[in-house]
Amino acid sequence: MNLHAIRAIYLFEMARTRRTLVQSIVAPVLSTALYFVVFGAAIGGRISEVEGVPYGSFIVPGLIMLSLLTQSISNASFGIYFPRFTGTIYEVLSAPVSAAEIVIGYVGAAATKSIMLGLIILLTAAFIVPLRIDHPLVMLLFLVLTAVTFSLLGFIIGIWADGFEQLQLVPLLVVTPLTFLGGSFYSVDMLPPGWRTVALFNPVVYLVSGFRWSFFGIADVNPAISIGATLGFLAICLGLVAWIFRTGYRLKK
Amino acid sequence: MTAATFWPPDRALMHAAIEVSALEKTYASGFTALKPLDLAIRRGEIFALLGPNGAGKTTLISIICGIVNPSAGRVLVEGHDILLEPRKTRSLIGLVPQELTTDAFETVWDTVSFSRGLFGKRADPAHIERVLRDLSLWEKRDSKILSLSGGMKRRVLIAKALSHEPQILFLDEPTAGVDVELRRDMWSLVRRLRDEGVTIILTTHYIQEAEEMADRVGVINRGELILVEEKAELMRKLGRKRLVLQLQERLAAIPPSVARENLELAGGGAELVYTYDAKAGRTGITALLGDLAAAGIRFTDLRTEQSSLEDIFVDLVRRAA
Ligand SMILES: Nc1ncnc2c1ncn2[C@@H]1O[C@H](COP(=O)(O)OP(=O)(O)O)[C@@H](O)[C@H]1O
Ligand SMILES: [Mg+2]
Repeated sequence: MNLHAIRAIYLFEMARTRRTLVQSIVAPVLSTALYFVVFGAAIGGRISEVEGVPYGSFIVPGLIMLSLLTQSISNASFGIYFPRFTGTIYEVLSAPVSAAEIVIGYVGAAATKSIMLGLIILLTAAFIVPLRIDHPLVMLLFLVLTAVTFSLLGFIIGIWADGFEQLQLVPLLVVTPLTFLGGSFYSVDMLPPGWRTVALFNPVVYLVSGFRWSFFGIADVNPAISIGATLGFLAICLGLVAWIFRTGYRLKK
Repeated sequence: MTAATFWPPDRALMHAAIEVSALEKTYASGFTALKPLDLAIRRGEIFALLGPNGAGKTTLISIICGIVNPSAGRVLVEGHDILLEPRKTRSLIGLVPQELTTDAFETVWDTVSFSRGLFGKRADPAHIERVLRDLSLWEKRDSKILSLSGGMKRRVLIAKALSHEPQILFLDEPTAGVDVELRRDMWSLVRRLRDEGVTIILTTHYIQEAEEMADRVGVINRGELILVEEKAELMRKLGRKRLVLQLQERLAAIPPSVARENLELAGGGAELVYTYDAKAGRTGITALLGDLAAAGIRFTDLRTEQSSLEDIFVDLVRRAA
């Protein structure tokens, strides 16, 4: 294991975060705070509580997930796309590092950022609405699993993308809609029965539901199934990454 | 002690620094950049790879360094297969790419230290300092790379490649578009590295550089290695010589009795230049001088010139085309 290399990549990426602190941390926190104002205050005025939880509190896990997903993807995809774009990727490709080490370095850094971000948003929320966390360890497990899984997805997108537009495409066209339809702002039970079935095909539903269960003990789907689904998605992403490195897809000519 | 003790000889002493055999590359576009190619680079030598644009120099280097996948064939670095033991082979190699591909927002110190870590070496600030000083980058160590000039960026790329103390160094057109000072610095650095035992493979457009620097020269054209030769041997073997005769009286034209292939009038009629193959059994010099005497053409001075590597190169590529 080339630990020096993992460390080098990881620290390089974390230094990038520090340089772009405003963009990496402050902007998502700000936009999350805006969600609180709009959804929490405006809608919360009409829906006082969901399954015994005040609406403002109810949406916290979903909001954290929303940021976690989008930031994991954008951090990780940019982290690997940028060196491809500038050509500096030549050095990583010519270095004595394995695919696993490259992934640990890049995805590890992106996931770290997302987890930090998630915790900051959680802290921010705790100042605004009453919060309780019934299962803190499960909460952390979901936080880490989701950050890693979607950083991996971002990494894959960063390798697949052939331009900055494509880099934005997947988050814009796929992830954001799935997240909004994933029960961040409502319980799936509030949907008409037909839509409820459709919602169960949305992987984000499982994340949000499981994550929310760790806070309030209420869930749309069984938390065990949530964790299983997340692990399944993680496995798919790992498989894709392994395939990419075995074939050199988009990395080597 | 039996004879068996001496056999097999130590592998490390026997094999070349790099052994390329039957290496081929066809890009996804269908373009074949390397035809089956064989090449051995000796340990500790400076090897110059010469070839026109698009000959396949960068492709060859990129395959050896692991950036481009080969289509067929095999590459051994210090006896290790690049595909089977990439970790081993890559840690031995430093690469200075042709393009100025550097980070932008990082400092010189950070980017060079990053390279060392990436290649699996423990942090060693003293070594990084030495490399930066050698390349006149020490004053710039805290500057962001994007604030540097092109020449300085080139130095940064060299520093990155040297950061992990490679045994083999690839320089892909290191002096293309580089100022005189940097070129001079670079060549003295290359000589010093060679003295330390580093094997150096460079590609260049400046044939004088190969002529000045290299121990051996390879000429590549359209993905084919046309020739590999000791530089001195190459110059001797393929070098054509020119005999220049300074005439006493200017000639308007070469008289028919003297005219022959490879004889030209130059210097506004003041010189006769005869090009001949120095290696040929019969150079034709005696006959030429006889004919000149018979025609009553006198000369005041004469000299011979060895053709440069450039002449040889142009000649080879033209012949191969
Ligand atoms: N990724 C690629 N896809 C298709 N053709 C390529 C690619 N890279 C290089 N080539 C072609 O391969 C040939 C050799 O290129 P290269 O190795 O860069 O030559 P050199 O370094 O000698 O100038 C050129 O004709 C070039 O156009
Ligand atoms: Mg080239």
